[in-house]
Amino acid sequence: MIGPPNNREAYVEATTSGTTPRLRGARVIDEIKAAGIEYVLSVPDQHTSAGLLMPIAKDPDFKLIRVCKEDECLGIAAGLTYRNRRSLILVQYTGFLYAVNAIRGVACEQKLPICMMIGMLGKEPGVAPGESRRFGLRIIEPILDVLGISHTCIETDADTPAISAKIEEAWSASKPTAILIGGRPEAK
Amino acid sequence: MINRRQALELLATKITDEIVVATYSSATDWIGILDRPLNYFSSGAMGLASSHGLGLALACPERRVLVLDGDGSLLMNLGTLVTIGRVAPPNLTHLVFRNGTYEANGGHPIPNPDVDFEMHAQAANIRRRFTVSDIGAFAAKIDDILHAAGPVFGCVMVEQGPLGPRSYKEMYRGERRAALKQALAE
Repeated sequence: MIGPPNNREAYVEATTSGTTPRLRGARVIDEIKAAGIEYVLSVPDQHTSAGLLMPIAKDPDFKLIRVCKEDECLGIAAGLTYRNRRSLILVQYTGFLYAVNAIRGVACEQKLPICMMIGMLGKEPGVAPGESRRFGLRIIEPILDVLGISHTCIETDADTPAISAKIEEAWSASKPTAILIGGRPEAK
Repeated sequence: MINRRQALELLATKITDEIVVATYSSATDWIGILDRPLNYFSSGAMGLASSHGLGLALACPERRVLVLDGDGSLLMNLGTLVTIGRVAPPNLTHLVFRNGTYEANGGHPIPNPDVDFEMHAQAANIRRRFTVSDIGAFAAKIDDILHAAGPVFGCVMVEQGPLGPRSYKEMYRGERRAALKQALAE
C-alpha cells in the first residue's frame, strides 16, 4: 500500500516522477508557530529529533519543557489551558501508548484543547500507519479513533497545512487532537 | 505525626488568592475546609497533580500555585520532581502529605515506607525543601509555603486518615473547572 489516505495521490505522483517526497522540519515548525504554540512539552524521539526537537530547542519563539515521562505532558498542558496558553506535546508513538490513561482522563474526559504530535518511528515511507508491518504503529490510529481524537498523518511537505488546522481544531472545539508524523522530518 | 485535616485547616486561614491543586485524600479534606473557585481538583490520572500545578504556575506567574499531593500519588510520577527542579517556577509550592499508605484505596502500604521524599527533591535540585512531623513545625513553615521564592517542596508527615471508599463526583464536576478558568480571567 502506497501513501496514507490524505496524500496518496501526491505521494504516488512524486514517486513515479522520480522525485523523493520530502518532509522538511522547518515547514512543520512554521505551521506550529502559525498556530500560536508557545510551549513544547517533549520526551525525545529518534524520528523527530534532528528535524523538529533540536531546532525547536534552539528557537527563542518556543519554551521547551523536557519531561521525564509522557504523561507529565498531559498535566502540564492541562494547567496551561486555564489561561489559554497553547502547548504542543511532542512524543514518540510509544510514549503516546504509555500515556493513554492520562490522555483519556485529562484531555478526553475534560474536553481540553490539547494537541499531540506523535512521531511514528519505524513507519515505512509512504505507507499508511494502518498498513505498517509494525504492530505498534498499526494500532495508533484505531486507538485514537476509540478515544474520539481527531487526527491526521503528515508524510510530506504537501501535508503540512493540516498541522496548524489540527491545532486550531483543538482550540476551537475544546478537545484533544493528534498529528502523526509519518515521514521523518529533515533538519533543513 | 500531624493530623492532615488539622494542618489544612491551619493553612486555610492564610490562603488568599492562591490556586490550590489538591488530589485524593487531601482533596477530600480541602473541599470540606475551603470550597472556592481557585481550587483545582486534579483528576483523570493519578500522580499528575504536580504536573497540573506546574502548568498552572507557568500560566499564572503572578499567583502562587500550591499543590497538595499524596505519597502514593507522587510515587506514580517521581520524575515530576526532576522536571519541576529544572523548570523552577518561583511561584510553585509542592506539598506531599506522607502517611505511608494508599489511604483512598484500602490503606495498603506504599512500596517502600522508608522513602525520603525531601532527599528526592534535593537530588532534583528543588531550591527550598523541608520535612515536618509536628503541627508546630508545619505552622512555622506556612509563610515559606505561601511566599518563599520557589519552587518549594515540603514533606508533611501525617497520620493515616479515614479509609475510603470516597466519592469524588462533586469535586470533579466540569462546572468547577469552568469556575477556575473564569476566576483566572478576571
